[in-house]
Amino acid sequence: MDFLTNSGVPISWYLILSAILFAIGASGFLIRRNIITVFMCIELMLNAVNLSFISFSYMWRQVDGHIITFFVMVVAAAEAAVGLAIILTIYRNRRTLEIDQINALKN
Amino acid sequence: MDLILFFLLAFVAVGCAINLVLQSHPISSAISLIGVMVSLAGLYLLLGAEFIAAAQIIVYAGAIMVLFTIVIMLLNSGKEAPGRMNNLSRFLGLPLLLVMVGLLAMVLVQVVPPTQEVKFGNFTGGGPADLGMLLFTKYVLPFEATSVLILVAILGAVVLALKEMD
Repeated sequence: MDFLTNSGVPISWYLILSAILFAIGASGFLIRRNIITVFMCIELMLNAVNLSFISFSYMWRQVDGHIITFFVMVVAAAEAAVGLAIILTIYRNRRTLEIDQINALKN
Repeated sequence: MDLILFFLLAFVAVGCAINLVLQSHPISSAISLIGVMVSLAGLYLLLGAEFIAAAQIIVYAGAIMVLFTIVIMLLNSGKEAPGRMNNLSRFLGLPLLLVMVGLLAMVLVQVVPPTQEVKFGNFTGGGPADLGMLLFTKYVLPFEATSVLILVAILGAVVLALKEMD
Protein backbone atom coordinates (compact mmCIF):
# COMPACT_ATOMS: atom_id res chain seq x y z
CA MET A 1 0.00 0.00 0.00
CA ASP A 2 3.00 2.24 0.43
CA PHE A 3 3.32 2.42 -3.35
CA LEU A 4 -0.27 3.59 -3.69
CA THR A 5 -0.17 6.24 -0.99
CA ASN A 6 3.26 7.79 -1.38
CA SER A 7 4.32 7.67 -5.02
CA GLY A 8 3.61 10.49 -7.45
CA VAL A 9 2.13 10.18 -10.92
CA PRO A 10 4.51 10.40 -13.91
CA ILE A 11 3.72 13.50 -15.93
CA SER A 12 3.59 11.46 -19.14
CA TRP A 13 0.45 9.72 -17.82
CA TYR A 14 -1.34 13.05 -17.73
CA LEU A 15 -0.24 13.68 -21.32
CA ILE A 16 -1.40 10.19 -22.38
CA LEU A 17 -4.79 10.87 -20.76
CA SER A 18 -4.94 14.10 -22.74
CA ALA A 19 -4.13 12.20 -25.96
CA ILE A 20 -6.84 9.62 -25.23
CA LEU A 21 -9.46 12.32 -24.62
CA PHE A 22 -8.41 14.14 -27.80
CA ALA A 23 -8.66 10.93 -29.85
CA ILE A 24 -12.13 10.19 -28.46
CA GLY A 25 -13.23 13.74 -29.28
CA ALA A 26 -11.83 13.55 -32.80
CA SER A 27 -13.53 10.20 -33.49
CA GLY A 28 -16.82 11.56 -32.17
CA PHE A 29 -16.42 14.59 -34.40
CA LEU A 30 -16.11 12.26 -37.39
CA ILE A 31 -18.82 9.67 -36.65
CA ARG A 32 -21.64 11.68 -35.08
CA ARG A 33 -24.21 13.42 -37.28
CA ASN A 34 -26.19 15.54 -34.85
CA ILE A 35 -24.70 19.03 -35.20
CA ILE A 36 -24.94 19.78 -31.45
CA THR A 37 -23.09 16.58 -30.54
CA VAL A 38 -20.39 17.40 -33.09
CA PHE A 39 -20.00 20.77 -31.40
CA MET A 40 -19.69 19.10 -28.00
CA CYS A 41 -16.93 16.85 -29.38
CA ILE A 42 -15.02 20.02 -30.36
CA GLU A 43 -15.33 21.21 -26.76
CA LEU A 44 -13.99 17.84 -25.59
CA MET A 45 -10.93 18.25 -27.83
CA LEU A 46 -10.33 21.76 -26.45
CA ASN A 47 -10.49 20.39 -22.91
CA ALA A 48 -7.97 17.66 -23.74
CA VAL A 49 -5.52 20.25 -25.07
CA ASN A 50 -6.05 22.35 -21.93
CA LEU A 51 -5.03 19.36 -19.80
CA SER A 52 -1.77 18.99 -21.70
CA PHE A 53 -1.07 22.74 -21.33
CA ILE A 54 -1.52 22.48 -17.55
CA SER A 55 0.69 19.37 -17.40
CA PHE A 56 3.51 21.07 -19.31
CA SER A 57 3.07 24.09 -17.06
CA TYR A 58 3.64 21.81 -14.07
CA MET A 59 6.61 20.18 -15.77
CA TRP A 60 8.45 23.47 -16.32
CA ARG A 61 7.14 25.12 -13.13
CA GLN A 62 5.86 28.06 -15.19
CA VAL A 63 2.46 29.75 -15.01
CA ASP A 64 2.38 30.62 -18.73
CA GLY A 65 0.49 27.42 -19.57
CA HIS A 66 -2.26 28.44 -17.16
CA ILE A 67 -2.61 31.77 -18.97
CA ILE A 68 -2.92 30.00 -22.34
CA THR A 69 -5.57 27.70 -20.87
CA PHE A 70 -7.41 30.76 -19.61
CA PHE A 71 -7.39 32.27 -23.11
CA VAL A 72 -8.57 28.97 -24.60
CA MET A 73 -11.52 29.04 -22.19
CA VAL A 74 -12.43 32.59 -23.22
CA VAL A 75 -12.21 31.72 -26.92
CA ALA A 76 -14.28 28.56 -26.33
CA ALA A 77 -16.99 30.63 -24.63
CA ALA A 78 -17.11 33.10 -27.55
CA GLU A 79 -17.07 30.22 -30.01
CA ALA A 80 -19.94 28.47 -28.22
CA ALA A 81 -22.07 31.63 -28.29
CA VAL A 82 -21.55 32.25 -32.02
CA GLY A 83 -21.71 28.55 -32.96
CA LEU A 84 -24.98 27.94 -31.15
CA ALA A 85 -26.46 31.07 -32.77
CA ILE A 86 -25.44 29.63 -36.15
CA ILE A 87 -27.03 26.27 -35.23
CA LEU A 88 -30.27 28.07 -34.29
CA THR A 89 -30.29 29.93 -37.62
CA ILE A 90 -29.63 26.72 -39.57
CA TYR A 91 -32.47 24.99 -37.74
CA ARG A 92 -34.86 27.88 -38.48
CA ASN A 93 -34.00 27.78 -42.17
CA ARG A 94 -33.67 24.05 -42.85
CA ARG A 95 -35.64 22.35 -40.04
CA THR A 96 -32.95 19.76 -39.45
CA LEU A 97 -29.94 19.10 -37.22
CA GLU A 98 -28.47 16.25 -39.30
CA ILE A 99 -25.20 17.42 -40.81
CA ASP A 100 -25.61 15.02 -43.74
CA GLN A 101 -28.63 17.02 -44.88
CA ILE A 102 -26.95 20.40 -44.51
CA ASN A 103 -25.00 20.27 -47.79
CA ALA A 104 -25.83 23.60 -49.45
CA LEU A 105 -22.16 24.25 -50.28
CA LYS A 106 -21.70 20.87 -51.97
CA ASN A 107 -23.38 21.54 -55.34
CA MET B 1 -2.98 9.19 -2.67
CA ASP B 2 -1.96 11.01 -5.84
CA LEU B 3 -2.06 7.77 -7.80
CA ILE B 4 -5.50 6.75 -6.49
CA LEU B 5 -7.01 10.18 -7.20
CA PHE B 6 -5.43 10.31 -10.66
CA PHE B 7 -6.80 6.91 -11.66
CA LEU B 8 -10.24 7.68 -10.23
CA LEU B 9 -10.52 10.99 -12.09
CA ALA B 10 -8.95 9.62 -15.28
CA PHE B 11 -11.37 6.69 -15.43
CA VAL B 12 -14.33 8.99 -14.85
CA ALA B 13 -13.07 11.35 -17.58
CA VAL B 14 -12.44 8.63 -20.17
CA GLY B 15 -15.67 6.80 -19.33
CA CYS B 16 -17.73 9.97 -19.66
CA ALA B 17 -15.95 10.86 -22.94
CA ILE B 18 -16.72 7.43 -24.44
CA ASN B 19 -20.31 7.78 -23.24
CA LEU B 20 -20.47 11.19 -24.95
CA VAL B 21 -19.55 9.66 -28.29
CA LEU B 22 -21.76 6.57 -27.96
CA GLN B 23 -25.01 8.11 -26.69
CA SER B 24 -27.61 8.80 -29.35
CA HIS B 25 -29.49 11.55 -27.53
CA PRO B 26 -27.75 14.96 -27.30
CA ILE B 27 -28.85 15.64 -23.72
CA SER B 28 -27.09 12.45 -22.53
CA SER B 29 -23.98 13.59 -24.38
CA ALA B 30 -24.19 17.02 -22.71
CA ILE B 31 -24.39 15.47 -19.23
CA SER B 32 -21.43 13.19 -20.03
CA LEU B 33 -19.45 16.23 -21.15
CA ILE B 34 -20.19 17.90 -17.80
CA GLY B 35 -18.76 14.78 -16.12
CA VAL B 36 -15.58 15.05 -18.21
CA MET B 37 -15.18 18.73 -17.31
CA VAL B 38 -15.68 18.21 -13.57
CA SER B 39 -13.15 15.36 -13.43
CA LEU B 40 -10.70 17.47 -15.45
CA ALA B 41 -11.14 20.22 -12.84
CA GLY B 42 -10.08 17.69 -10.20
CA LEU B 43 -6.99 16.82 -12.25
CA TYR B 44 -6.15 20.54 -12.55
CA LEU B 45 -6.27 20.77 -8.75
CA LEU B 46 -3.83 17.84 -8.51
CA LEU B 47 -1.54 19.72 -10.91
CA GLY B 48 -1.59 22.82 -8.70
CA ALA B 49 -3.80 24.97 -10.95
CA GLU B 50 -6.39 26.15 -8.44
CA PHE B 51 -7.62 29.17 -10.36
CA ILE B 52 -7.99 27.25 -13.61
CA ALA B 53 -9.87 24.47 -11.79
CA ALA B 54 -12.36 27.01 -10.44
CA ALA B 55 -12.67 28.68 -13.86
CA GLN B 56 -13.20 25.27 -15.46
CA ILE B 57 -16.18 24.57 -13.18
CA ILE B 58 -17.67 28.06 -13.49
CA VAL B 59 -17.05 28.82 -17.17
CA TYR B 60 -17.12 25.40 -18.82
CA ALA B 61 -19.36 23.21 -16.66
CA GLY B 62 -21.47 26.21 -15.71
CA ALA B 63 -21.86 28.76 -18.47
CA ILE B 64 -21.01 26.90 -21.69
CA MET B 65 -22.87 23.70 -20.86
CA VAL B 66 -25.95 25.62 -19.73
CA LEU B 67 -25.89 27.30 -23.15
CA PHE B 68 -25.70 23.87 -24.80
CA THR B 69 -28.57 22.39 -22.78
CA ILE B 70 -30.72 25.47 -23.45
CA VAL B 71 -30.16 25.08 -27.21
CA ILE B 72 -30.93 21.34 -27.03
CA MET B 73 -34.15 22.14 -25.17
CA LEU B 74 -35.05 24.98 -27.50
CA LEU B 75 -34.65 22.91 -30.65
CA ASN B 76 -36.26 19.87 -29.00
CA SER B 77 -33.53 17.78 -30.54
CA GLY B 78 -34.49 14.12 -30.57
CA LYS B 79 -32.54 10.91 -31.02
CA GLU B 80 -30.05 10.71 -33.83
CA ALA B 81 -30.96 8.45 -36.76
CA PRO B 82 -28.86 5.26 -36.89
CA GLY B 83 -25.64 5.78 -38.77
CA ARG B 84 -24.76 4.71 -42.25
CA MET B 85 -21.02 4.10 -42.08
CA ASN B 86 -19.19 2.35 -44.87
CA ASN B 87 -17.43 -0.90 -44.12
CA LEU B 88 -13.97 0.63 -44.08
CA SER B 89 -14.73 3.03 -41.24
CA ARG B 90 -16.82 0.47 -39.37
CA PHE B 91 -14.13 -2.19 -39.18
CA LEU B 92 -10.93 -0.15 -39.40
CA GLY B 93 -11.96 2.94 -37.41
CA LEU B 94 -11.48 1.62 -33.88
CA PRO B 95 -8.20 -0.29 -34.54
CA LEU B 96 -6.70 2.74 -36.28
CA LEU B 97 -7.78 4.97 -33.37
CA LEU B 98 -6.09 2.60 -30.91
CA VAL B 99 -2.94 2.56 -33.07
CA MET B 100 -2.88 6.38 -33.07
CA VAL B 101 -3.27 6.59 -29.27
CA GLY B 102 -0.66 3.85 -28.79
CA LEU B 103 1.88 5.64 -30.98
CA LEU B 104 1.24 8.94 -29.19
CA ALA B 105 1.65 7.24 -25.81
CA MET B 106 4.91 5.61 -26.91
CA VAL B 107 6.35 8.93 -28.10
CA LEU B 108 5.22 10.73 -24.93
CA VAL B 109 6.74 8.12 -22.61
CA GLN B 110 10.05 8.36 -24.49
CA VAL B 111 10.19 12.15 -24.80
CA VAL B 112 9.03 13.25 -21.36
CA PRO B 113 11.68 12.51 -18.70
CA PRO B 114 10.41 9.80 -16.32
CA THR B 115 11.88 11.58 -13.32
CA GLN B 116 9.16 14.22 -13.62
CA GLU B 117 6.50 13.20 -11.13
CA VAL B 118 3.34 14.99 -10.11
CA LYS B 119 2.89 15.27 -6.37
CA PHE B 120 0.15 17.44 -4.94
CA GLY B 121 1.66 20.53 -3.33
CA ASN B 122 4.99 20.56 -5.17
CA PHE B 123 3.95 23.41 -7.43
CA THR B 124 1.95 26.25 -5.93
CA GLY B 125 2.20 28.90 -8.64
CA GLY B 126 -1.36 28.58 -9.92
CA GLY B 127 -3.17 30.86 -7.50
CA PRO B 128 -5.09 33.97 -8.61
CA ALA B 129 -2.29 36.32 -7.46
CA ASP B 130 0.42 34.70 -9.62
CA LEU B 131 -1.90 34.37 -12.59
CA GLY B 132 -3.07 37.97 -12.34
CA MET B 133 0.48 39.27 -12.06
CA LEU B 134 1.48 37.51 -15.27
CA LEU B 135 -1.79 38.29 -17.05
CA PHE B 136 -1.51 42.05 -16.50
CA THR B 137 2.21 42.39 -17.25
CA LYS B 138 3.50 39.93 -19.85
CA TYR B 139 0.16 39.00 -21.44
CA VAL B 140 -1.60 42.36 -21.26
CA LEU B 141 -1.86 42.74 -25.05
CA PRO B 142 -3.54 39.35 -25.67
CA PHE B 143 -5.79 40.11 -22.71
CA GLU B 144 -6.95 43.36 -24.30
CA ALA B 145 -7.37 41.64 -27.67
CA THR B 146 -9.63 39.10 -25.94
CA SER B 147 -12.03 41.87 -24.95
CA VAL B 148 -12.36 42.86 -28.62
CA LEU B 149 -12.94 39.19 -29.49
CA ILE B 150 -15.77 38.92 -26.97
CA LEU B 151 -17.33 42.13 -28.28
CA VAL B 152 -17.23 40.76 -31.84
CA ALA B 153 -18.72 37.45 -30.65
CA ILE B 154 -21.60 39.25 -28.92
CA LEU B 155 -22.27 41.35 -32.02
CA GLY B 156 -22.16 38.24 -34.22
CA ALA B 157 -24.62 36.37 -32.01
CA VAL B 158 -26.99 39.36 -31.98
CA VAL B 159 -26.81 39.78 -35.76
CA LEU B 160 -27.53 36.06 -36.29
CA ALA B 161 -30.46 36.21 -33.87
CA LEU B 162 -31.89 39.32 -35.56
CA LYS B 163 -31.72 37.63 -38.96
CA GLU B 164 -33.77 34.85 -37.45
CA MET B 165 -36.63 37.14 -36.49
CA ASP B 166 -37.21 38.58 -39.96
